[in-house]
Amino acid sequence: MATAPTSTTTANGNPSAADWQDRYHHVDQVLDRPGPRTDPSFLAGDEVKAFLRTSCKILVIGAGGLGCEILANLALSGFKDIHVIDMDTIDISNLNRQFLFRQKDVGKPKAIVAAEFIMNRVPGVTVTPYYGKIQDKDDDYYMQFNLIICGLDSVEARRWINATLVNLVDPENPESLKPLIDGGTEGFKGQARVILPTVTSCYECSLDMLNKPTAFPICTIANTPRLPEHCIEWASVLEWPRVHGDKRLDTDDPEHIGWLYKIALARAKEFKIEGVTWSLTQGVVKNIIPAIASTNAIIAAFKIATSSAAYLNNYFMLIGTDGVYSYTFEHEKRDDCPVCGGQALDISISKEWTVDRLIEMLVEKQDIQIKKPSLSTATKQIYFQAPPQLEELTRPNLERKVSDLVENGDHITVTAASLPFNLMVRVTYV
Amino acid sequence: MKKNEDAAAKKKPKTSAAQIRVQKDLTELELSSTMKTHFPDPVDLLNFTLTITPDEGMYKGGSFNFSVNINTNYPHEPPKVKCTQTIYHPNVDLEGNVCLNILREDWKPVLNLNSVLVGLQYLFLEPNADDPLNKEAAEELRKNREQFLHNIKTSMKGGNIRGVQYDRVLVQ
Ligand SMILES: [Zn+2]
Repeated sequence: MATAPTSTTTANGNPSAADWQDRYHHVDQVLDRPGPRTDPSFLAGDEVKAFLRTSCKILVIGAGGLGCEILANLALSGFKDIHVIDMDTIDISNLNRQFLFRQKDVGKPKAIVAAEFIMNRVPGVTVTPYYGKIQDKDDDYYMQFNLIICGLDSVEARRWINATLVNLVDPENPESLKPLIDGGTEGFKGQARVILPTVTSCYECSLDMLNKPTAFPICTIANTPRLPEHCIEWASVLEWPRVHGDKRLDTDDPEHIGWLYKIALARAKEFKIEGVTWSLTQGVVKNIIPAIASTNAIIAAFKIATSSAAYLNNYFMLIGTDGVYSYTFEHEKRDDCPVCGGQALDISISKEWTVDRLIEMLVEKQDIQIKKPSLSTATKQIYFQAPPQLEELTRPNLERKVSDLVENGDHITVTAASLPFNLMVRVTYV
Repeated sequence: MKKNEDAAAKKKPKTSAAQIRVQKDLTELELSSTMKTHFPDPVDLLNFTLTITPDEGMYKGGSFNFSVNINTNYPHEPPKVKCTQTIYHPNVDLEGNVCLNILREDWKPVLNLNSVLVGLQYLFLEPNADDPLNKEAAEELRKNREQFLHNIKTSMKGGNIRGVQYDRVLVQ
């Protein structure tokens, strides 16, 4: 009775039965009063509840094992405006752990089915799905969210979203800083981390901490296979290119996976090896990391969105293979990180300046200590110091005007042996 | 109108982390006189050819070509390297696959293209009979070094060894 009922309307037009009394009784315990570890900026009470339940817009990337858990947890803890992106369709092998999907959904897009399931199950929540790639969306799309949570199984996709969010940050606009919560699991091991783009260490900073993709010596695969994985790699690394030439292996194409499976199975039979299955084949070639749990990512999300407790700073590891072990630490930013570590420099030059003149100016700059820089834009090389063929090809550019090669406001990537990683130079013309 | 321009500006390609890393690696390559890179499409830095012409050791006098393909997940994943000729070498099979640890199981993101080049060059100085991809060549190296050296000479001239036709790879 005391709390004013909110009158949100769900996507399917039902007036929200949303906030019946005591709906969020448990969540309110942490939102109604500050706790010993709350951020000083946290203001307990109705305002924060209203933010969480009406205006906070959150994006979940991936609707697989982790994504399903994240979506359900978000919806149940009071987020009302949730978006989800996933490019995959539902496979029968997903049903054991991706609990938003049923047998009848096999073959349908994960994002759409997951969104429908959540909206049917949790009154008052709008889940907007996008069936496609994260790379289809531009900066404007990502700008609309308050928070982004990843439940991805691909390193490549994580690197992309990380770089996109770091680039999105405009120091003049605090709204452009989008916290990214990344969760990942591998068997019984899991981790959750919070990335405040440009402020904390980013995904790229810790790339060398990742377990590298399992790879076996090629001579083992060729001569002395002992594991089902050896047979699958024999099919994908050696037999595919031998039989198909330059045709690229598409790990999302069931026909391609089917071919590999058949070849690997025959190989396994020859060497009396057991355990080659369709899903193992898919797992090995796509480097799929099976997901088990994800509660950590969601806890972090809830805390950040409301500042109701000190948020995870910034890396949490869970190892559940031998009992349960967990460890939280602060992973540090790396100066030589290609995404967030590079230096940035805004320069304003005359439209008449040649590339040579620009290089001279960069070399003379005392504060960056650069020797022999190589320059490029996102689409072309401007000047490369080496290797010889590229140096020769780009040498004529030295005499050309920078303004003929680089548009006003565009970035030039500068690398040099003396720089830890790179320098981004934004050029404007006077 | 202005809005369309803004939208176009936002859709502009960005330099990816892999691209920056490749630029850094390439422009800092220490190419000795025995190594040369060739970019068939110079705009595309991710795909190129490497030619090694050993000036010492048993493969001296040959010129060996490798294709190097880097994907957008570099340096999380190693570059893919293949020999584009049919050569007689214990660690290179007839399809051009190369058995070099840093190209697969021992790859780390701190390694770079220079490490790969050094590794490949080393293969021609010290062929390794313990990690065979061409089993017959490895067997010969282990058991009959004289015959192995003779086979290298024959193969480099484009000869036939035990029914396998090798490519002529002598420096012109
Ligand atoms: Zn970073």
